[in-house]
Parts: sequence; C-alpha cells; structure tokens
Amino acid sequence: MKPGETAVISGFTDEQLSVKLLEMGFLPGTVVHFNFSAPFGDPVCVNISGFDLSLRLDEAATIIILD
Amino acid sequence: MAPGTRQKIALVGKPNSGKSSLFNQLTGLKQKIGNFPGITVDKRTGRCELDAETDAEIIDLPGIYSLYPRTLDEKIVVEILTNRRNPDYPDAVAVIADATNLKNCLLLLTQLVDLKLPVVLALNMMDLAAKSGLSLDIKKLSAALGLPVVMINAREGRGIEQLKRVLARGVEVPSQHVFSPTNLGESAVSEVQDHFHLSTPYEAFQYLQQVDNLTFLSPTDRTFIKEVARRHDFFPHKFQGVETIHRYAFIQSILDGVIVKSPRKDWKGGSNKLDKILTHKIWGYTIFFAILFLIFQSVFALAQIPMDAIDRGFAGLSSYLAKKLPEGPLFELISSGIVPGIGGIIIFIPQIAILFAFISVLEETGYMSRVVFLMDKIMRKFGLSGRSVVPLISGMACAIPAIMATRTIDNWKDRLITIFVTPLMSCSARLPVFAILVALIIPKVRLLGFISLQGVALMGLYLLGFVAALLSALLMKAIVQVKERSYLVMEMPTYRMPKWSNVGFTIVEKTKAFVVEAGKVIIAVSIILWVLASYGPLDVMNNARKTVSEQTANLRLTEQEYENRVAAYKLEHSYAGTIGKWMEPAIRPLGFDWKIGIALITSFAAREVFVSTIATIYSLGSTDESATIKDRLKDEINPETGGPRFTPAVGFSLLVFYTLAMQCMSTLAIVKRETKGWKWPLAQLFYMTGLAYTSALIVYQVLS
Repeated sequence: MKPGETAVISGFTDEQLSVKLLEMGFLPGTVVHFNFSAPFGDPVCVNISGFDLSLRLDEAATIIILD
Repeated sequence: MAPGTRQKIALVGKPNSGKSSLFNQLTGLKQKIGNFPGITVDKRTGRCELDAETDAEIIDLPGIYSLYPRTLDEKIVVEILTNRRNPDYPDAVAVIADATNLKNCLLLLTQLVDLKLPVVLALNMMDLAAKSGLSLDIKKLSAALGLPVVMINAREGRGIEQLKRVLARGVEVPSQHVFSPTNLGESAVSEVQDHFHLSTPYEAFQYLQQVDNLTFLSPTDRTFIKEVARRHDFFPHKFQGVETIHRYAFIQSILDGVIVKSPRKDWKGGSNKLDKILTHKIWGYTIFFAILFLIFQSVFALAQIPMDAIDRGFAGLSSYLAKKLPEGPLFELISSGIVPGIGGIIIFIPQIAILFAFISVLEETGYMSRVVFLMDKIMRKFGLSGRSVVPLISGMACAIPAIMATRTIDNWKDRLITIFVTPLMSCSARLPVFAILVALIIPKVRLLGFISLQGVALMGLYLLGFVAALLSALLMKAIVQVKERSYLVMEMPTYRMPKWSNVGFTIVEKTKAFVVEAGKVIIAVSIILWVLASYGPLDVMNNARKTVSEQTANLRLTEQEYENRVAAYKLEHSYAGTIGKWMEPAIRPLGFDWKIGIALITSFAAREVFVSTIATIYSLGSTDESATIKDRLKDEINPETGGPRFTPAVGFSLLVFYTLAMQCMSTLAIVKRETKGWKWPLAQLFYMTGLAYTSALIVYQVLS
C-alpha cells in the first residue's frame, strides 16, 4: 500500500497480534486508509473508521488486505 | 447508599479520552497518590462530594482499551474488576468515552456490562463531536445499552454536576448480556464458574483467558484453571478474537440506530495539515529539535535562578543555625547534616517542575505521539522505543525528572532500559566538576582562532555520556528478557490546545512524588555521609586543634587559614578520610590518591559535592572562587614523582570517571521508586561504577 491509498481488511497472519489489532478496530471488512509514513518509512499512520493510529511496518505486515 | 457512607467509584476509559481531566474536575485538590499493592502503578484517588449527603472515593484506573491488558500497568484494571474481594473493587464504574470515537470506547464498556458492574457512560468531547458534524441520539443510546449516559465536557467542567447526581442516586447493574461464551469453551466456563462460585459466566471466561494476570488467584487455583482449559480445548487468542468481533458487531448495530448524522470526512483537516509539517522528513525533525532545545535551555537556564536562591537560602540557614544553636552533636547534625540534606532535595524542584510543565503540554496537545512516531525507527535499533527520546534528552538536565518521565513508555522492557541508561547522559550536576577539571588540564587555546579547546573537551564529555547510554541500551537489550511484546499500535490523537489546569496538576503531582519518595532516601544518606565526614576516632579528633597548632606553629597563619587547616585535618582523620586512605590501593591504578578518594565518597550523595570537598581538603575553606581552587590544584605536588599531582592523565581519568559513574543517590532513590525495589538501582550502581572504574583505568594507564 502507498500513502493515500485505501483497502479493505480481510484477515491477519499473527494470532497474538491480531487480538490487539481487533481491539483497536481493525475488523475484517473495515476500510483502512493509509495516511502517511514516518520519514524512514516506518512506522506508518493509518485511519480506521475515523480514528488515526500509528503502527510499525512489521505490525502492519500481519494484516491481510483486499485491494 | 445510606447517608454518610463512602462509595467507591472507579474511572475507566481509553487513553486520551479526557479521563485525567474528569478526575481533576471531580476531586479538585482533594487527591492523593498511593500505590496499588505490589505493582508499579501509581494509584490516584480522591474524594468527591456527590451531593450534600454522599461522599465518594474516586479511583483513577490506568487508561485501557479493553480488559485485556497491553502493558504491565494495565493489568491492575482486570485484577480489580474481576475480584470482588479486592479492597478497591468499586461500587460503581464511570466509563469515560471520546464521543468522536465512540466505537472503540464502547468495547470496554460492553465488557464491564458483562461483568455485571454498575456502569455509567460519560460521553466526553461532545464539543469536538459537534464540530465534526456528528450528531447522536443520547436517549436511544442509553436505552440500547441499558445504562445511564451523561454528556460532559471534562475540559470545561460541563455536565459534571449531572454526572455526580447520577452517581449519587446509585447506579444499577445493567441487565443486558452482550457476549455470552456459548460455543466458546462453554463447558470450561461453566466448570470454572461453578468451582469459584462466580456470579457471571464472563468472569469465568476472564479467569480462563487471563489466568496468569490475576495475581489474587492462588497457585492451586491457577493449576486448576489451566487444567480445565486444557481438558476442554479452551483457545485464548482465538476466543478473544471472536469475542472482540462479536462485541463490535453489537456496538455497530447500536450505533447505526443512534447516529443521527455522521461526521464529515474532512473535519480533521487542520490536524492533518499540521501532521504534514510536523512529521515531515526535514521540518519534522527541525521542529522537534527546536522544541528539545527550548526545553533543555529552560530546564537549564530558567531553573538556575530559583536553584541559586534555594542554594543560597539553605547555605545561609545552615550557617545561621550553626551560629545560633548551642554546641553539641545533635545541633551540628541539624545544621550541617539535615538542613543541607533537605536543601539537596528542594533544589531539584525547579527543574522537575519546568520539565514536567513541558512534557505535560506536549502530551496534552497530542504532539508527544508524533515524537514517538518520528523517533521510533531510530531508537528501536538500540533496544529503546520512540517513547524513550524525551526522557533521554531530559537526562541532560537532570536524571531525576527524566526517569520520572519514563512513565509515558508503556512497554516495561523499553521503560526499564530507558531508566537504566538515562543516568549516563551528562546532567547539569556534572557541570561544576567538568568545569573545574577541564579548566585545570586543558589549555585555554583556540582552534582556528574561535573554537575553544575547552569547549570541545566539554562537548566530548557530553558525547561520551550519550554514546555510553546508547551502547549500554544495546547491551541491556540482549540481557533483559521480558515476555511482554513491544507494540506500537498507538492512537494519534487530534491536535488540541492544552488544558492548563491539567498541566498544573501534573507538575504538583510529580514534584510531590519526588519530594516524598526520593526525599526519604536522600535525607538518610545525607546523614550517614555527614557522620562519616565529621566523625573519627575520638582522641584524634579532640586533639585536632592542638596537633594543627603544633604543626603550624612557625607559619604565622591568619585566623581563617588556621581554621581551614583544622577543617582539612579533621576531614583527613574522619571516617570518610579513613575509608579514602583505605581504598587508595584500589583507586591508585586510576591515578587517584586518598584525597580524591574522600571526594569520591562524599560526592556519592551528589556529584557537585566533589568541588566543595576538594576545597575543604586542600584547606581552601571557601568555594566561591573556582579560580582559587584551580590554582591550588595546579600547585599540588605528587610526593612520589615531584611533578604536579593533577597531570592530564589524572584529570582525564577523573573526568571519564565522573561522566560514567552513578554518584547520585537521588537518582538511585527515584529508580528505586519507579521500579519498586532495590534490584534495579543496585544493578545500575554496580554497572555504572564498574564501567566508570574500568574506563578511567584504561584512560589513565594509556595516558600516563
């Protein structure tokens, strides 16, 4: 994903991390918008149901998305 | 509630939802900080008059997103709320929610509903919600959730009276069931529920989910629960995921009926524009370093005026008492042990207050999460996190407020490493020591006509401390093993103006914590050091005047010079002097003699004491003019070589030692407080002293 793009969450690859992400509102079927990334490309800032969150790239990589 | 009884009300809610503002509104100045037993979390409680008859005790619980904790600190919430026998188990819970982000806030609320806790929902930030174009049907929301909903504005104090009235009336247990663990290890849940006679199945579900987080369960209870979980195929993560999805589906269905008008998509426009600048590749870092520079300058320069005043005040009080009080060891202890000891605590207050004013403003505005965002990648290479930046930089002013500022780091391992390495950053107390030694051994030469060599040396010392801190962090990263995983899934709150009364409360809270907690240790060590430096074998001490008179009979000393000699003689023969001489073999390889040894011991209390001890021991009496100390040290002869005592090798060795050694009992005291035990401060003391000793040894042996 590139900054400015939007995608739909379909699932997770890391079960332990997925429960934390679910709690923050990363629900399958929800639209996630990539706001911008930090200067070195990591971490990134995304918007999910009107809520801005930052997460590290390796954390974001556990989220499976549909384009 | 019967009149006169005090009900307990817990405040819960996610971070950045305005929970501290609400707590401050409810309790005002009637708050106190204590500890939850056996855990590193401050417990903020306060009294609140709900109405004329009802008094309540408000307990502020750590900010959480759900009952499943992400950090050690958050475990206390589930621990209290699932244990009806806990002394802090509340009679009612007020959930504070950010109206602009209701969906996330209601997750926790539905969990509390299933625990059958009497819950009130306080909807905060209605002003922002209105600005965003969001419109809610509150009556419908209240009916759908089956509990009272109060609209508040915690920043401006609106709706607080109504919230108090609702709480005073008594809150009922909600009748709603949001999530029942059917098909999710139902048999395990009912077995645990029956065994512990729990009133709700969700409590049993939590027991199964969080068995290791609930410390009130006995080891046999835990073995039992784990055995039940195994026997019935209870999969914690999978079930938690299903639970969360189920709750969000419920919340969405409620919100669909309650939201009259959705917020406009672009309402965060201003905030997003700010983010474009503040997290920019170039501007982001430029602005951040400019802010750091401002903080550093303020802590350094602004604090100087009150600190000098405090210093003079206590020195004056001490000498006044010395003159006015009758002679005797007890009065001497007061005037030269206790009073300077208290002064040594009070003197840190300006720096702590200023630093926390800035940190609190950064937190309140939402800028702090951007700092974390900017620095995380770089800091992670050293086993630290983006949240370690502010404490580390603050450490250059003073390690004490810096270590207190590590509270903002939610991962325990990251926080521990930050606490561990922060005292290596060169603080302002090292400056007097550096100044005098650098002036002594570095010639006053200018490079290229304008760069002062002494200035370069001073900067080199600061760099040395910084590099030592980063390398030690790397080392700690490899050593410390913590099961807890480091996350950076973090909210980026919308930028807001700070609320100044919250800033004020933070300053008072942090200052009080320092004075009370660290103060105890500092006073105790001050007294011990004072005894060591003023007492010695009685016959020697009693004959001090006579001996000095005999030694100096043909020197024609003035009264003052004579008194200085007596003080030097007494210090030399005190217990501290004896220890200094005794440890001389150990510090000789570093190039130090017993006189420096004495200074090392007395400056264990605080580094800057080095200067005054050196002054006393070389019979200077006064420390006012550093030039005199410098000249005196320059003339000091090493009896073995016949050359000067303070050769460059000795000077550099001492400088390196003071850069890396702990030599600050206030820091140890605050680390003990922050880590709730002596293990880490002692480890730090041994590590830093060892590092300082080895480095100074290498420096001296190479240079001499």
